[in-house]
Amino acid sequence: MSGIKVNTMAEYLAKGETPDILFWVGCAGSFDDRAKKITKAIVKILNKVEMKFAVLGAEESCSGDPAKRAGNEFLFQMQAMQNIQLMNEYKVSKIVTGCPHCFNTLKNEYPELGGNYEVIHHTQLIQELIDSGKLRIEDGKPFKGKKITFHDPCYLGRANDVYEAPRKVLETLDAELVEMKRCKTKGLCCGAGGAQMFKEAEKGNKEINIERTEDAMEVKPDIIATGCPFCNTMMTDGVKLAEKESSVHVMDIAELIAQAQDL
Amino acid sequence: MGISSILFIVLIAVGFGFFAFNVRKVIANINLGRDKKINDRKGERWKVMTLVALGQKKMFHRPIPALLHLVIYVAFILTQVELIEIIIDGITESHRIFQPYLGGFYKLIISIIEVLSVLALVATFAFLARRNLLKLPRFHKDEMTGWPKLDGNIILYLEILLVLFIFTMNGADEAMHIANGNESYGFAMSQWYGPFLFGGMDVETLHLFERIGWWGHLAIVLTFMNYLPYSKHFHIFLAFPNVWYSNLDAKGRLSNMEAVTNEVKMMFDPEADPYAAPAEPVGEPQTFGVKDVTDLPWNSLLQAYTCTECGRCTSECPANQTGKLLSPRKIMMDTRDRMVELGDYKRNNGADKHDNKTLVHDYITEEELWACTSCNACVEACPVNIDPLSIIVDLRRYLVMEESKAPSELTGMFSNIENNGAPWQFAQADRLKWKDEN
Repeated sequence: MSGIKVNTMAEYLAKGETPDILFWVGCAGSFDDRAKKITKAIVKILNKVEMKFAVLGAEESCSGDPAKRAGNEFLFQMQAMQNIQLMNEYKVSKIVTGCPHCFNTLKNEYPELGGNYEVIHHTQLIQELIDSGKLRIEDGKPFKGKKITFHDPCYLGRANDVYEAPRKVLETLDAELVEMKRCKTKGLCCGAGGAQMFKEAEKGNKEINIERTEDAMEVKPDIIATGCPFCNTMMTDGVKLAEKESSVHVMDIAELIAQAQDL
Repeated sequence: MGISSILFIVLIAVGFGFFAFNVRKVIANINLGRDKKINDRKGERWKVMTLVALGQKKMFHRPIPALLHLVIYVAFILTQVELIEIIIDGITESHRIFQPYLGGFYKLIISIIEVLSVLALVATFAFLARRNLLKLPRFHKDEMTGWPKLDGNIILYLEILLVLFIFTMNGADEAMHIANGNESYGFAMSQWYGPFLFGGMDVETLHLFERIGWWGHLAIVLTFMNYLPYSKHFHIFLAFPNVWYSNLDAKGRLSNMEAVTNEVKMMFDPEADPYAAPAEPVGEPQTFGVKDVTDLPWNSLLQAYTCTECGRCTSECPANQTGKLLSPRKIMMDTRDRMVELGDYKRNNGADKHDNKTLVHDYITEEELWACTSCNACVEACPVNIDPLSIIVDLRRYLVMEESKAPSELTGMFSNIENNGAPWQFAQADRLKWKDEN
């Protein structure tokens, strides 16, 4: 047992209670072995601050983002309607997502279809927790003297103008935060967006994740921080191809915070 | 009324008339697109237009071309003051009609125009060098050969000619003014180079040079104006409405297709009668997604006319940087070329006729469309808020929903989502398994 406490919406309902926030885990966070670790790190943080949160569990279904970006609007809207119906029945009002793609879709594309929620990304939630004093990073000891560079996920950054929250969270660690030459609005995509995650890249002369990993390697980081399970996969693969996996670690911001907290 | 003012009025009438004729064509072509109401948040729209179009805020992400561009832009706008005077002078056969009324202010304005013209000339040569000598990659992509390359240079040549005519006009006029026993006009540049270049010539010759400059200036302005509707350079007008009508929402938000919403809602409605006669279709049956320019919303077509092919989008595109076929600039150029082609065809053959070509396949290939990561780098990079991504997604929608054409891995991903609610083949019932795993 991993010692984490997770309740589903259905369990809350059975107890006649409503959680303060719904944690939207997402498909990667539910099924991908690497991303599941990020999911658990988020849960550990939520447990630590004793937040009353719930997941949808087996009732959760794909947000529809990859279908929509790949042009399958029917499938997207079917998924969206189904999720919205479910969440409206549970009277969900606030959602935190572990994935910028779910974040973007739920935040920007669900309202028009009847799903009106306050949606935040987990880096924003962590920043709120730090700002309000609920989460205190004592001395960030495991990262003392480490160099961290943050790779902006497109769907957090350009798509939704969230550039500061992840950086503010990273600043609380006692590490050196270095920017890649392409960052924030100019950040280069990892190559996974727009449903590319699920297909081979079209013919070209280089893989996008290699190009992006090279950006990261230029600043000689110990850790490449991300906030997206897909970016994580792409950057991890890039680092492996560069044969640097023993010295450079690709980690989600939630994992870094959980580690700093000894969770 | 003298022969010169008659000639002048005819020239102006023909010049403006032909321009108006072409502008109407442009408007008709933009109207080939689908209706889309964009008139919300007016205050915000004016603000964005002021900052991005008038203030060129996004240009300054690349400071060197931004400064060069700014010089030409300001020079262009201020020269219009002189053009107003030229038009009045031309009709009334007067000479520098504003001068007696404006006095010192006139001297200031013309001086600023002269200084800016020199700077604009320098900037123009710099741009020619950037385009042709420096081999900046974004000016040498596949889509920038032939006409687009020539177009970019023609504009610069015309600008050089324009400035040279202005200099001839003011320089010869200055020398003539002095030769006639007056004091210098005192304009910043021509008071120096005028006597230097034209000093010592007789008044007749000077008058001839002044007229060459004056008529030449007018001829270039009219030529330039009429060249615009055929050129990428039309952005000097369209940048403003284009930014006004641009997307104000989060860049990550894609539109939800209303036609799909209606059908999906019906499927979810327990009251819906599956045997009921289908509702009368409202308007024309709509294609799902975009097959041709007529399926695009009109503002995408406005964007295609606004694109000045600077290539910032393409140089920021991760797919293009890694050698894929996709170039967001080409998406905009193809959209424009196809729109012009179809517009001409319909004008010649009747509005309900179609040439059996389409934007997708004939112009934009599937390979280009499937290379996009939807990262919004192109949208972010565009100095005038053009959105190639929305066209790419619209075209993908057509491929998937009308032609059932998608890379096979994506078809697999679709069925996984349909069957088990995730893009991979995992049972939905297992979504919470991670909780109990170590």
